[in-house]
Amino acid sequence: MSKKPSATAEKKADSTAKDAGHGRAPVNASLSREDKIELYRKMVRIRRFEERSLRAYQAGKKIGGFLHLYIGQEAVAVGCCSLMGKDDHVITAYRDHGHAIAVGMDTKPLMAELYGKATGCSKGKGGSMHYFDPSRNYWGGHGIVGGQVPLGTGLAYAIKYKGLKGAAMTFMGDGAVNQGAVHEAYNLAALWQLPVVFVIENNGYSMGTSQERSSAGDLAKRAEGYHMAWGQCDGHDVYEVRATMDKFLRAAREESKPAVVEIRTYRYRGHSVADPDNTYRTRAEIEEYRRTKDPIQVFQDKLTAEGVLDAALIEKIDTEARTEADVSIDFSEASPFPTVDDIQKDVYWEADNPAERKSQGRLFFD
Amino acid sequence: MPLITYREAIRHALAEELQRDANVVVLGEEVAQFNGAYKVTEGLLEKFGPKRIVDTPISEAGFIGMGLGASMLGIRPVMELMFWSFYSVAFDQILNNAANVRYMSGGQINCPIVIRGPANGGTNVGATHSHTPENVLANHPGVKVVVPATPYDAKGLLKSAIRDNDPVFFLENTILYGDKGEVPEAEYLIPLGKAEVKREGTDLTIVTYGRCVIHSLKAAEILEKEHDVSVEIVDLRCIRPLDIDTVLASVAKTNRVLIVEEQKPFASVGSQLAYMIQREAFDHLDAPIHRLATVDAPAIYSPPVETEQLPNPQRIIKAAIEALA
Ligand SMILES: Cc1ncc(C[n+]2csc(CCOP(=O)(O)OP(=O)(O)O)c2C)c(N)n1
Ligand SMILES: [Mg+2]
Repeated sequence: MSKKPSATAEKKADSTAKDAGHGRAPVNASLSREDKIELYRKMVRIRRFEERSLRAYQAGKKIGGFLHLYIGQEAVAVGCCSLMGKDDHVITAYRDHGHAIAVGMDTKPLMAELYGKATGCSKGKGGSMHYFDPSRNYWGGHGIVGGQVPLGTGLAYAIKYKGLKGAAMTFMGDGAVNQGAVHEAYNLAALWQLPVVFVIENNGYSMGTSQERSSAGDLAKRAEGYHMAWGQCDGHDVYEVRATMDKFLRAAREESKPAVVEIRTYRYRGHSVADPDNTYRTRAEIEEYRRTKDPIQVFQDKLTAEGVLDAALIEKIDTEARTEADVSIDFSEASPFPTVDDIQKDVYWEADNPAERKSQGRLFFD
Repeated sequence: MPLITYREAIRHALAEELQRDANVVVLGEEVAQFNGAYKVTEGLLEKFGPKRIVDTPISEAGFIGMGLGASMLGIRPVMELMFWSFYSVAFDQILNNAANVRYMSGGQINCPIVIRGPANGGTNVGATHSHTPENVLANHPGVKVVVPATPYDAKGLLKSAIRDNDPVFFLENTILYGDKGEVPEAEYLIPLGKAEVKREGTDLTIVTYGRCVIHSLKAAEILEKEHDVSVEIVDLRCIRPLDIDTVLASVAKTNRVLIVEEQKPFASVGSQLAYMIQREAFDHLDAPIHRLATVDAPAIYSPPVETEQLPNPQRIIKAAIEALA
């Protein structure tokens, strides 16, 4: 089935032309050579990790359930999470591998989680959609579309309650904006001026439904109804993501001002591995994005022009990322599964801390 | 000991915990300026100020989810639902998020949240406002469910609930709010998951909780006087964790059981109890386990008929006599 690229796609194409200045934004100009390489490396690591996970999935029986790949969107998570200070927090939906790597999680337990192994970041209890690492201020990984948005608002509430100067970045997809819970959260955030930045990762589609078939009006502009600040940017250039987000994160941290930011991006793979991806968009559309807006290529070109990257370093980073992905596979293969006894662990704090238990009676039933 | 109402007992528990722990906050619709839809939180705003006692918009999914997110970062929110019946609009936050976050994170995240409010029929407010979701809630491993019947229990259990590191759902009763009972002035806690024998007896065990405890106590008096029957009443107080041992000990003594619950019968708390009792005390039973529940239909509005839809002392007496036959 062939359709011509959608109106949004054309709009996206227009807006990348004017990105020239983002590298000079103070938040980017202040980056060291090493910082820039690290941003690039993170994107490559996410890409290689996910490609490797897809191969393991396709090899059969290794990885179960859903696998929602972030390929094509890497600059969004990497750009946003690179701005995090110690009191900033992140929460997202089920397309969560990129954010996990972006906040600094080790890829071995991430891959092992896909394998359902006890060494996984959630001990094999969460799976692809439910990565967590509170030690890195990463609060998941949530499977219900829009369900994480009130939680992110609550992170912001706690930040403000404790008098900290932090912000809660709350990611969602373009499909999630139509959930009631999202609007309830917007209202609470604006009403109480909570330091939350709602980030809409607009990849153009919610499963097989394009933005224009699911959402009336502009996505981020809905913030105006709540007297909240809002912004939009392209998510293909990590500099642009950082320059845009920096402004809103500062307002959240310093003035406790919430905002909604729409970041236009694109996923190259199907919605999940179960999506044959041949009913709702054209190959040509995907190819056009890959050719002109691939976030890794875009940044590679910029850093090459800046003299930060050269062919040898590019090659080295890529080889290391591939090796890292392979190592995560070996680690996962070699790891044990949780046991049947593990099923009932991590349910109740009290059950896991029997010495400190205060309640009595049965917690579990058969 | 001072006599105070169930409402005051809950208020005192809130006030003491607000005083004790700066991370405790009370949020809900009309809890602050309006003093609470049922006046449970009356005076708390004045005493603790607007940072601790917060009026929310009518956004159950939003504010419950927000409280839950805050609890992940160590705040201890006590969220009031004006009626537990409104849990349906926040179902995803209450049962997908609160119940599952700890598990899905492999035990890395705790959600020390309390959600409290009334869950009962009998006030002629029709089917939308008369839900008793304790069975639905307790069906979700990861959560705790408390249903206190007396002022003393309400206070001691709520204080434990607020200190608990797991999500606790606390189901009150609008009809009990005005009931008075003895509550000591000195601080006390009642552990969750500990049933109490509210009346000793030898012929029949009534296992019950919530307002049905009060009905059962009345019925037991009449059964004693008019039918020469000695009824023991076990008040569960908590549905999950469940103190099945106290139930089984009573069954071993009386050999007959009547479960009384303000629940629709299908897959109710009583269904679970009956399964456990037959499984674990089969040899002690002289008769099949009996159960009295709410008549199986949406809550009827018609005031005199609603009384008959719910368990009441007369229906309990009839069911007890059947269980003893
Ligand atoms: C409440 C709910 N409804 C439906 C789904 C099934 N579902 C999962 S992802 C998805 C599409 C969401 O799209 P979007 O928000 O744009 O995020 P993206 O997948 O593009 O990252 C749907 C319909 C779900 N998980 N939760
Ligand atoms: Mg989308």
